[in-house]
Amino acid sequence: MSLRRLAPPDMQPASFAFNAENAEWAKVTIAKYPQGRQASAVISLLWRGQEQEGWVSHPMVESIATMLSMPFIRVLEVVTFYTMFNLQPVGTLIQVCTTTPCWLRGSDAVVAACKKHIHPHEKTLSDDGKFSWMEVECLGACVNAPMLQIGSDFYEDIDGPITEQMIADLRAGKALKPGPQNSRTSSEPEGGATTTLTDGALYDGSIIGKYKVAAPQPANTDADAKAPIMAASNRESPKQKPPGAAT
Amino acid sequence: MLADKDRIFTNLYGFKSPGLEAAKKRGQWDNTKAILELGPEGFVDIMKKSGLRGRGGAGFPTGLKWSFMPKAVKERPHYLVVNADESEPGTCKDRDILRHDPHTLIEGCLVASFAMRAHACYVYLRGEFIREREALQRAVDEAYAAKLIGKNNIHGWDFDLYVHHGAGAYICGEETALLESLEGKKGQPRLKPPFPANVGLYGCPTTVNNVESIAVAPTIIRRGADWFAGIGRPNNTGTKVFCISGHVNKPCNVEEEMGIPLRELIDRHCGGVRGGWDNLLAVIPGGASVPLLPKSICDDVLMDFDTLKAVQTGLGTAAVIVMDKSTDVIKAIQRLAYFYKHESCGQCTPCREGTGWMWRVMTRMVKGDARVSEIDLLQEVSKEIEGHTICALGDAAAWPIQGLIRHFRPEIEKRIAEFSRMAAE
Repeated sequence: MSLRRLAPPDMQPASFAFNAENAEWAKVTIAKYPQGRQASAVISLLWRGQEQEGWVSHPMVESIATMLSMPFIRVLEVVTFYTMFNLQPVGTLIQVCTTTPCWLRGSDAVVAACKKHIHPHEKTLSDDGKFSWMEVECLGACVNAPMLQIGSDFYEDIDGPITEQMIADLRAGKALKPGPQNSRTSSEPEGGATTTLTDGALYDGSIIGKYKVAAPQPANTDADAKAPIMAASNRESPKQKPPGAAT
Repeated sequence: MLADKDRIFTNLYGFKSPGLEAAKKRGQWDNTKAILELGPEGFVDIMKKSGLRGRGGAGFPTGLKWSFMPKAVKERPHYLVVNADESEPGTCKDRDILRHDPHTLIEGCLVASFAMRAHACYVYLRGEFIREREALQRAVDEAYAAKLIGKNNIHGWDFDLYVHHGAGAYICGEETALLESLEGKKGQPRLKPPFPANVGLYGCPTTVNNVESIAVAPTIIRRGADWFAGIGRPNNTGTKVFCISGHVNKPCNVEEEMGIPLRELIDRHCGGVRGGWDNLLAVIPGGASVPLLPKSICDDVLMDFDTLKAVQTGLGTAAVIVMDKSTDVIKAIQRLAYFYKHESCGQCTPCREGTGWMWRVMTRMVKGDARVSEIDLLQEVSKEIEGHTICALGDAAAWPIQGLIRHFRPEIEKRIAEFSRMAAE
């Protein structure tokens, strides 16, 4: 757990409103949930608000609480509980994963690059006010470690020098290539998948209709063991002979 | 070794298109209507016979879980919720399913919803998976457009699938915390009972399943329970996506049969441990929550639920984190202790206070700035946290530390002695 509070009053904007596109989107999102359960949309709406403004402000929390007919405190609870909501302006936020799988592969060098080129302290805006960085917990791309996230995209298989280059490119306004920064395309072993998924028959459509669905034999239950079976009702004594038959 | 024809996730790496046409060519949505004619009971039977155990970590039999749902829908609707809040350190299998093979999941949602008589399904993705969410939403839109799902679809079972997301909380991977979060609250786990099968989402009967458990269901039903049960070992059947990270030459995700020897898994698919097998120090076999194993056990251990349980650890999510001899193993576990401190939801005192306490002690032990008697104290406190919390996060925080003490106690003692010697000089 960590202590999270809204930004101090002097930093807060006067008001918040979704732009037209997002307001329309919000209506559709709220409709995804059953009647009277519109509170379910709170995380989605806050997230959209953060995408629009860059961080979550006091007026935004109030406005979304009104939209969803929720008490202010319930929305505030959500905002301070979930760590992806930024409670003050962050600029372009570089989130560096430093949990054990990334640490084993050298996330310390990535952190060092951020400290050197952005700010010695995390969650602090750089001198030009455009960037900040923070350590985050596992982002779920562990086979491509170390990695970091900027905005919506993951940048994987990085190291110190690549991070420095990425920060320089960001400052220069260049577009970065998301995904692995080495020769990989996703989570396959480096150098391509040579040990698996090489069978062409998987992809040529020959699999369609190959497997006929068979009605299953019902699973045995406890009652089945006790149920009388046919053999149990068979008489074991010899058949009666008709009268007068030869002995 | 698993043959390619027996793999379920044939587009795991995204080499082919994740789109509907390509997915159909790979055998998805193949004759789904005929499958549905088996009826809900038929599905549950097949899932039970296949021996599929939940792929989210606990390994609870999926067919049994489905059978807990009420047999008839009364005044409360039924829900299926898919847990795609994949946050266990080391685990990144669901991510590949969501972005590269989303139609396995969507078809699985239809099949599973039919089995538990639900007309609505929510897929809860972790907030960080933004591109994955977009990829899944694209696939869902495709499926709606092709009338595979939705009202009056070609399968004759009205079914709506909604993509929902969180905002960065590991605890929301716990099923009741996930339901709380889905209802728009803080993700704090609920007391059980009542179990979600009776009182779940919005107070209605709900089943929560991992992405992988749901995504394998259509293939199991199509190819038969015997096919799935024939792979792997008894009580640990089928295929599993393993995520191998850390100090191996080529970290990767790979689908393999359950019960594959750990060494074969690493040597065959990952190019071996960095510096050779003899350079191995320890392996965390199932994601951050399970105790680690020293090399002596790794030499011949099999990767399945029962074998790993027998050596006092667990398969968890099958996220294999490999550490070679250059690793500071105490620091590696200390980092996990920080993770649990950060992610504790704060509801139960043993976990809220205990995770922070354990992290502080571990931080001192990394330096060696501790007393030898504190190792026993740490062990004792971890036992006090384990089993005394509402959800399993307390257990998950305690186990890695217990594993460290179990297998690397001399290492900790050595470091304490070293520190004392340096301090005395």
